[in-house]
Amino acid sequence: MNTTQTQHEERGLANEERLNRRQALQWIGAATAAIPLLERDAPAADRSGARPKSVVAKGYGPDPDLIRQYQPGDLWPLTFTDAQRRLMIELCDIIMPADNASPAALTLGVHDFVDEWISSPYPGQKSDRSIILKGLEWLDEAAVQRNASNFVSLPAREQFAICESLARDAKKDSRRFPGSFFYRLRNLVAGGYYTTPAGMKDIGYLGNSPQTEWNGPPKEVLEKLNLPPQK
Amino acid sequence: MPVISPNHKRSAYDVIVVGSGAGGGQMAYTLCMEGGKVLVLEAGRMFDPVAETAMLHTWDMAPLRGVSTPDKQYGFYDASVESGWEIPGEPYANASKEKLRQFLWWRQRMMGGRTNHWGRVSLRNGPYDFKTLTRQGVGFDWPISYEDLAPWYDKAEMLVGIFGDQEGIENSPDSSPGVLLPPPRFRAGELLARQRAKKLGIDVVPIHRAVLTKAQDAARVPRKLHPRNKKAQRLLAANMRLRLPCIYATDCHRGCSIKAAFDSTSVYLTPALKSGNLDILPNAMAREVTLNKAGQANGVTFIDKTTGSEHTAKGRVVVLAAGSQESVRLLLNSKSSQFPDGLANSSGKVGKYLTDSVASRVSAQIPALENLPLHNEDGVVGQQAYMPWWLAGQQHKLDFPGGYKALTVSGRKMPSLNTGKSFDRVSDADGIPFGRKLKEDARRYYGSFQSIGAQGAMAANDNCYSELDPELKDQWGIPVLRFHWKWSNDELRQVAHQQQSMAEILEAMGGRFFRAPDIKNPEKAISQGGRIIHEVGGAIMGEDPAKSVTDPWCRTWDVPNLIVADGATFPGTADKNPTLTIMALAYRAADHLVQEFEKGNL
Repeated sequence: MNTTQTQHEERGLANEERLNRRQALQWIGAATAAIPLLERDAPAADRSGARPKSVVAKGYGPDPDLIRQYQPGDLWPLTFTDAQRRLMIELCDIIMPADNASPAALTLGVHDFVDEWISSPYPGQKSDRSIILKGLEWLDEAAVQRNASNFVSLPAREQFAICESLARDAKKDSRRFPGSFFYRLRNLVAGGYYTTPAGMKDIGYLGNSPQTEWNGPPKEVLEKLNLPPQK
Repeated sequence: MPVISPNHKRSAYDVIVVGSGAGGGQMAYTLCMEGGKVLVLEAGRMFDPVAETAMLHTWDMAPLRGVSTPDKQYGFYDASVESGWEIPGEPYANASKEKLRQFLWWRQRMMGGRTNHWGRVSLRNGPYDFKTLTRQGVGFDWPISYEDLAPWYDKAEMLVGIFGDQEGIENSPDSSPGVLLPPPRFRAGELLARQRAKKLGIDVVPIHRAVLTKAQDAARVPRKLHPRNKKAQRLLAANMRLRLPCIYATDCHRGCSIKAAFDSTSVYLTPALKSGNLDILPNAMAREVTLNKAGQANGVTFIDKTTGSEHTAKGRVVVLAAGSQESVRLLLNSKSSQFPDGLANSSGKVGKYLTDSVASRVSAQIPALENLPLHNEDGVVGQQAYMPWWLAGQQHKLDFPGGYKALTVSGRKMPSLNTGKSFDRVSDADGIPFGRKLKEDARRYYGSFQSIGAQGAMAANDNCYSELDPELKDQWGIPVLRFHWKWSNDELRQVAHQQQSMAEILEAMGGRFFRAPDIKNPEKAISQGGRIIHEVGGAIMGEDPAKSVTDPWCRTWDVPNLIVADGATFPGTADKNPTLTIMALAYRAADHLVQEFEKGNL
């Protein structure tokens, strides 16, 4: 029970006016645009200290605000140290780099999403947390073997070679470390990327956009599939 | 205030309805429109689909990209709050430790019930589905025929607003002319499926869904539904004008702030409240139906979840529409000297004959759908096309009773967190794709995956039922249910057939498979009991008071002023989704109840 709930009770069923579709589309657009961006500086983990071993925070509960827009760190403290965060930014740039069509994952904040994910209090993310943190250590150790101080300071070519080797391991067995690390990291970075507006645009998703009508696939699609025009 | 707290309820009502979803909402609507004083008890909080639906939010605005968590078990934006298969403080039990013999029980604790969280697929049961025993030799015949229910299917469809087409398919009935709204055009993958499945003798046709593809006819429909009731006509017309047609942009499972997709709150409860005849009491967890000395139901005892205190609401008629198994639980927990084994349970059949949809899925990648010119394929997001059971007339040639429908799921859907790994199996990269290679793969293969899901019939049997657990109680001390569940060979053989035929359809589309269909091992493919959230039965209707719990009007045999208006009265599961039949049965029971009031029988 909270104040929001009382508001819902009062407001909920008293929607008197006749809306038309144009007004509704405007209203939806305005509602989406008007939602304030939340403070980016929400509580985060102490970035100077050692990382916490396990997550003690609580989840968002069974009745979260569905309209609010959430940022990593809004709901539970993040995990990465500054060094880990720098490493994750580097990895985002390797896994989802910029090209002519679309930006890199790091400019979309996907590294912060990975941090949000591994800091989650829910059981579904627990094993990702341990494997990804272990994998970040593994990468720095691999860099030391190549006479660099850490992964970030390796030349891009060598960074890429390490990732290629991990990607091959992952294809062979996505459950065996360190391939498992790269598999999960790639899933998070690529999935995190394609769930942003820029990522959706890059993949060719043109929906989530209110339409006054739906006419089925356009002519050129039907032609490519050798299908007759739709009635 | 129509939304009340326990201390503001009237001293007595004509009817108390437990539950606010498809059955309870329809009951409240009809009774209030006809002048009855009604109290709806809902175990969850008020929920406002207009203000609380994240219509166009993208996944990056949600925690964890919106994936399901123990707090939001169908994903973050699903219109379910305080709901799920597991709810803290509200346990249930399974008699078996074996996974395949366990039943998953979804509870929706919010105003509008499960109509909030629903794909809106609204199919009629066909004539054969009411004659399961006669035609298939298993389960039960219903005590009513398709013809008995058909007028209320029409009425429910007109009231709710359902799109679909007239196909003339055996045992998948058409509606009366002028009832349905126009179906949306097909997506590319659906058109391809239609062309290729045709060669296998399988029709791909528009599905029926409770989504407005155009505005309802507020001048005509209210007069048809309430021919002699000007006030009801006015209220319904006004409510219809609050609903907008679909904007082809967002998943109905999120809810619908423009009310294009049906939900009970927007379509049933809003006009019922405007009638002045409805009180709604949220956060009221029903514990027991009370009886008078003559053995008639006269009220419901409930816990006010906001305070923990217990109250009783009085009424001349009690309607249970809490969700089939919750209504069962309420009956079993309403013990008295007259009914020591639970209310209306002189037959011993309360809890018996639990059934669910028999479901499995096959997926493939369709090369023809690669690299299509970019286009928006949202349509009426979700189901648009399906394959009604194509062997209804040839059942005798099969080794299982009852059919299934197949639902195509395809298209250039909004990417999810899983999109990142979805190209691994098709990519020609040495390792799992990443970097520029992944971006290229994604642009090529996105939208080329096709999945077909089957949902089939299940006949009632003795192995699937619920009962009270002898010890376990919920946080209010109310005894909880224990489930018994076992798939029979009939269901497993059906799933083998599902796997085979869905693979054939995908093959005909040129599909590449990454996991072989489980034709030999259907127990690997079958969805766990309860996973599809179509459970019905437990207080089945029948012709014989010794073998059923309710009569053909959904009145319990033992207590005629106690009505069961949810899926509990179903004597079996058809190859159709249950919700439309729940609404039609509730509509019919409510009309009958109004007549009984008018005759002075109550």
